[in-house]
Amino acid sequence: MDELAASLAAVLGARRVTDLTRLSGGASRETFRFVADGRPLVLQRQRGGDTRNMGMEAAVLRAVYAAGVPVPELVASSPDSSDIGAAYMISAAVEGETIARKILRDPEFIAARRNLPGQLGHALAHLHRVDVSSVEGLATQDQVAMYRAVLDATGEPHPAFELAFKWLEDHRPPACPPALVHGDFRMGNIMVGPDGLNAVLDWELAHIGDPMEDLGWLCVKAWRFGSDKPVAGVGEYHQLLDAYAEASGADVNPLVVRWWEVLGTLKWGIMCIGQASTHLSGAVRSHELAAIGRRVCENEHDLFLALEGRW
Amino acid sequence: MNPHDLPSAEQLVESVREWLERDVLTATSGRLQFHTRVAINVLAMVERELQVGATQAAVHRDRLAQLGCADERELADKIRNGALDDRLPEVRELVWATVQDKLTVANPKYLDART
Repeated sequence: MDELAASLAAVLGARRVTDLTRLSGGASRETFRFVADGRPLVLQRQRGGDTRNMGMEAAVLRAVYAAGVPVPELVASSPDSSDIGAAYMISAAVEGETIARKILRDPEFIAARRNLPGQLGHALAHLHRVDVSSVEGLATQDQVAMYRAVLDATGEPHPAFELAFKWLEDHRPPACPPALVHGDFRMGNIMVGPDGLNAVLDWELAHIGDPMEDLGWLCVKAWRFGSDKPVAGVGEYHQLLDAYAEASGADVNPLVVRWWEVLGTLKWGIMCIGQASTHLSGAVRSHELAAIGRRVCENEHDLFLALEGRW
Repeated sequence: MNPHDLPSAEQLVESVREWLERDVLTATSGRLQFHTRVAINVLAMVERELQVGATQAAVHRDRLAQLGCADERELADKIRNGALDDRLPEVRELVWATVQDKLTVANPKYLDART
């Protein structure tokens, strides 16, 4: 830790780096908090074996910060290991809560819950206005093809998912101008304070695609955490769509958002298979991960309900 | 017919689940208590599968046979390659019934909450 503190001081040109604490250790990166010359900062450091390009994420953060999206200000970054032994990003520390159950239930977030649907719509409108050619390293993704490949890689047959894929293929929304898409815009990846949205986090899945992908994913049932409100557990569809239309000036077709919500439900189901595989393959032995494999049918159930009368 | 003495597999699992609920849940907190709760849910799921699994397997075989499929893999492939396109309403009905069977074991509460 002393060595890391010294490297951080060197890259920031800081006199003193103190209070270096590890916050979490995910599979792909580690997160630390520290204070440099009195300023609270957050370090995200990539782990060996993760091949994602942190330079892309840093470029996205700079672009969306400039576009007025609430995100932590990027202070320093490197896509290679020359500075501190691994690719990293250092950004301003933003206060707030990310744990969905607290945001959705605790009394201190009553005003936040009221404000969030509009704030999320506005943040998305600003994000989708970013000129995609100004950000290097972004890839265009066909999410249907991508998740078909992910499902095939699991080796497990899921007739219910095949029916959903068929519906998605047959009802693809019309092509739209390419936009910067966050790719994982949901409850759990936003920092929330007493008044609502403080920052949008976790930009590592950003790509070029249909902006409605972000609106649909935000409404997937898994991100409601048991609440009956469709938009991230805090709002009704029209609150999100109205705020988005007002800030973007674009017409929003609720059926297109719905198509992306169906794809999102399918994606989450496929991700659940992946979590169980993490246990089954022996990568991480855990009864918690094993149990998630038996939640896949909840997503199959949600897909049937979402498509009832629409096949 | 299996040769084993009582308790049955279902009763054995039930006894462990009851111990977790009675003694472990009350003696733990935080992360360990959460993981105890997950374990209780997993064992309850295994109990349900031991109760209805054999019947469900027979029903599932019949459903697959009705669609001319030997297993889930064949059904998934036939849906994807269009071989069942002229019978999709029937396919959907049978797959939906299977999904409900899976939830009856995995999480019966989920079937009630149609939100």
